[in-house]
Amino acid sequence: ADIISTVEFNHSGELLATGDKGGRVVIFQQEQENKTQSHSRGEYNVYSTFQSHEPEFDYLKSLEIEEKINKIRWLPQKNAAQFLLSTNDKTIKLWKISERDKRPEGYNLKEEDGRYRDPTTVTTLRVPVFRPMDLMVEASPRRIFANAHTYHINSISINSDYETYLSADDLRINLWHLEITDRSFNIVDIKPANMEELTEVITAAEFHPNSCNTFVYSSSKGTIRLCDMRASALCDRHSKLFEEPEDPSNRSFFSEIISSISDVKFSHSGRYMMTRDYLSVKIWDLNMENRPVETYQVHEYLRSKLCSLYENDCIFDKFECCWNGSDRQVIVMTGSYNNFFRMFDRNTKRDITLEASRENNKPRTVLKPRKVCASGKRKKDEISVDSLDFNKKILHTAWHPKENIIAVATTNNLYIFQDKMN
Amino acid sequence: MECTLDAQSLISISLRKIHSSRTQRGGIKLHKNLLVSYVLRNARQLYLSERYAELYRRQQHYPDGAPLLAMPACPPPAAAAPPELAGLPLPADTQDREARSCAAVRGGAELLEVPVCAAPPELQRAPCRDSSPGFYRAAGSAGPGGGGSTPPGLLYAAGCDFGSGGAPHCSSRTTVLDLDTHVVTTVENGYLHQDCCSQCPCCCQPAPGLASPPPTPGTKRKYSPGQEEEEEEGVEEGEPGGGGVAGGPPFAPCTKRARFEEYSAEHPQDSSNISNLISIFGSG
Repeated sequence: ADIISTVEFNHSGELLATGDKGGRVVIFQQEQENKTQSHSRGEYNVYSTFQSHEPEFDYLKSLEIEEKINKIRWLPQKNAAQFLLSTNDKTIKLWKISERDKRPEGYNLKEEDGRYRDPTTVTTLRVPVFRPMDLMVEASPRRIFANAHTYHINSISINSDYETYLSADDLRINLWHLEITDRSFNIVDIKPANMEELTEVITAAEFHPNSCNTFVYSSSKGTIRLCDMRASALCDRHSKLFEEPEDPSNRSFFSEIISSISDVKFSHSGRYMMTRDYLSVKIWDLNMENRPVETYQVHEYLRSKLCSLYENDCIFDKFECCWNGSDRQVIVMTGSYNNFFRMFDRNTKRDITLEASRENNKPRTVLKPRKVCASGKRKKDEISVDSLDFNKKILHTAWHPKENIIAVATTNNLYIFQDKMN
Repeated sequence: MECTLDAQSLISISLRKIHSSRTQRGGIKLHKNLLVSYVLRNARQLYLSERYAELYRRQQHYPDGAPLLAMPACPPPAAAAPPELAGLPLPADTQDREARSCAAVRGGAELLEVPVCAAPPELQRAPCRDSSPGFYRAAGSAGPGGGGSTPPGLLYAAGCDFGSGGAPHCSSRTTVLDLDTHVVTTVENGYLHQDCCSQCPCCCQPAPGLASPPPTPGTKRKYSPGQEEEEEEGVEEGEPGGGGVAGGPPFAPCTKRARFEEYSAEHPQDSSNISNLISIFGSG
C-alpha cells in the first residue's frame, strides 16, 4: 500500500479518486442504492486503477521528478466518459475514464480469440453485433500539459467556464486551456529578480466557483490574494489582500512556519473562503480583508510542542480542509494527528474530534468522539498530548458534494464515513 | 513560548535539515527550505542577542577592558526576557546596506532589532565609530591571518586572536557543520567577535578591495549551510560547499580556501547569509 496524497469526489459524488505517492490513481464508485439495505447508502468499491505518473529525471538540472500525485480535480461530466486532471510536481495530465461493457462479436474473418480465419472456409457472411461483456474501465491520457513549471506544482483548479484551468507552483501560476497543451499563459509571477530576496512562496490557488475571472492564491506568509484576470494579463497586483495581523503574544521561532497557509477552499457559493494553517482553520468573507470572520483551533495544544514538531518535521505537514457538501456551508472539516480529524459547525460553534482507525471503530458503528487532554489531569477516555502518534496524520479529507458522506485518508488507508440514517 | 531547545540547537537542527534536503528525492523543496531559513534567522538573532547581552554583562564586570568591549549595540536586555521577536525583518529587508549602517545599530531596529538595540543613543554613537570598527576589524582578520593588521587607534586585536584563548567575552558555544563528514559539532569557547562582525558589518571596515557586492544568483559561491557557523568559528575546517546546483547531487566540497580570508572580512550580513541559503534553492 502506498501513501495517499490526494482525495477528491467528482461533481456527482458517485466517484471518489485518490492519488498516491507511487503515481497511481485509484477511483472508487458508489454502488447504486440497494433497496434491501435501506439503512445505508451505497458503498464505495474500486472502479478503476491506473498509473498516472511515472518517476522522471530532468537531465538538465540533475533532478529527479517525483511521481507522487499532488492533486486530482474532476471535470464536470459532459458525456458518458469521466475526465479528471492529475498532477505531480511538474506535469499535469488529463485522463479519460470510460466504460466498456459491450464488444463486437461475429467478425467474418476473425475468430473470437482474434486469430484470422482462412478465407476459404468462409461460406456465409454475417454482420458483427455488440454483445455484453464484463465491465471494463479504461483510463487513457488525453492531454499532457508539461514543461510549464520550474518549481513544484502545488495546486490545480478548474475554472467555472470548464474550458480553462490554472496550475500553481511555488512562484508562478499558469492558465491553460484544456484543449491546448503546447501553450499556457503565466498569470502570476512572484519570483523576485534576485532569488536572494525571496520572502514568500505560493502555497495554494483556486478559481472562484462562479466568477470565471477571479481566483485566489495563498502564500507561505499567511496571506491570501484575490486576483481579477480582467484587470491585467499578469495578475501580479492583487485586487484584494486578505491578511490578519499577527498576535505578538504568540510570537516564537516558528511563527512563520505555522502561519503558512497549506490549503484554501472557496465555499460553494463563493461568498466565503476557508484557509488552513498549521494550527487553525479560518473562514474569510470575501468582502472583508483585514481579518477572518471565524477562526477555529484545530489542535491548539500543539503550540507548546512546536520545537519537537520542528525537529521531527511534522511542523511542515500540509493539512487540507473542506466544506460540507450541501448548499448551506455550515460545517468545515480538517485533519490532525493520531488519525484524528475535526469538524466545526459554524452555526452552533460546536466541534467534534473523530478518529479514523480500524482498531477503535468497527464498521457500521457510530464513531465515538475523542478528546485530547492538553494538560493537567487526564480524564478517562481522554488522550494526552504526549501519547499522540504524530506519524498517523490525516492530511487529506473530502466531503461528498451532495450527501453527508466523507472520505478521510490516513497514511495508507482510505476511510469512508456517512452520517447515521434511520 | 516553551521550548526545550536553545537557539544553538535550533541552528544546528535547521542546518541539518537544509543539508539533508539537498539529497532528497524530487529536488529541493523551496517552500520548506524558506521556512527553515526563517527559523534559522530567528534562532540566530536570539543567539546573537544573547551573546551581546552576555558581552555587556561582562563589560560591566570588567570595566578595564571597557573601551573596546563597550559594544554600543548591546545594552542588556530587560530582565533577560526572551526577546520579543516582533518585527523581525524579512530577509529581504536587510539587503539594504545603507540600512545596516551604524544608524541601524543605533536602534533603527532593522538589523539588530529588539531589546538589544534599545541602548541610550550617546553610548551608541560615539564608540561605534571609534572602537568598534577596529574591534571588528581585528576580529575579521583574526581568522585567516591570525591577527592581521591593526588599524590605527585600535588596541584590542590581539585579544581577539584565535590563538589567544579568547577574551573573557569569547566563551560560548558555536556550532559547526562539517560538510565532509556531515557531523554537526558544538564547540565550547567559540569566538564572539565573528558574530559581531557579521552583525555590524558597517563597523567592520575591511581593507579596501575586500568588500564585495552581494553575491549574484548563479555565481558559484563558497557559501554552504555550515558557512555561517564556520565564519563564526573562524576555523578553517570543513570546506564550504559549492553553491549553485539545486538539489540533485550531494554536496561537492568546494575548495576555495583562498577566498576564505576575503570572505571573513566581507560583510556577511545576517540576512544575506539566509539569502544565500535561499539562492541555492532556486532551481531556475
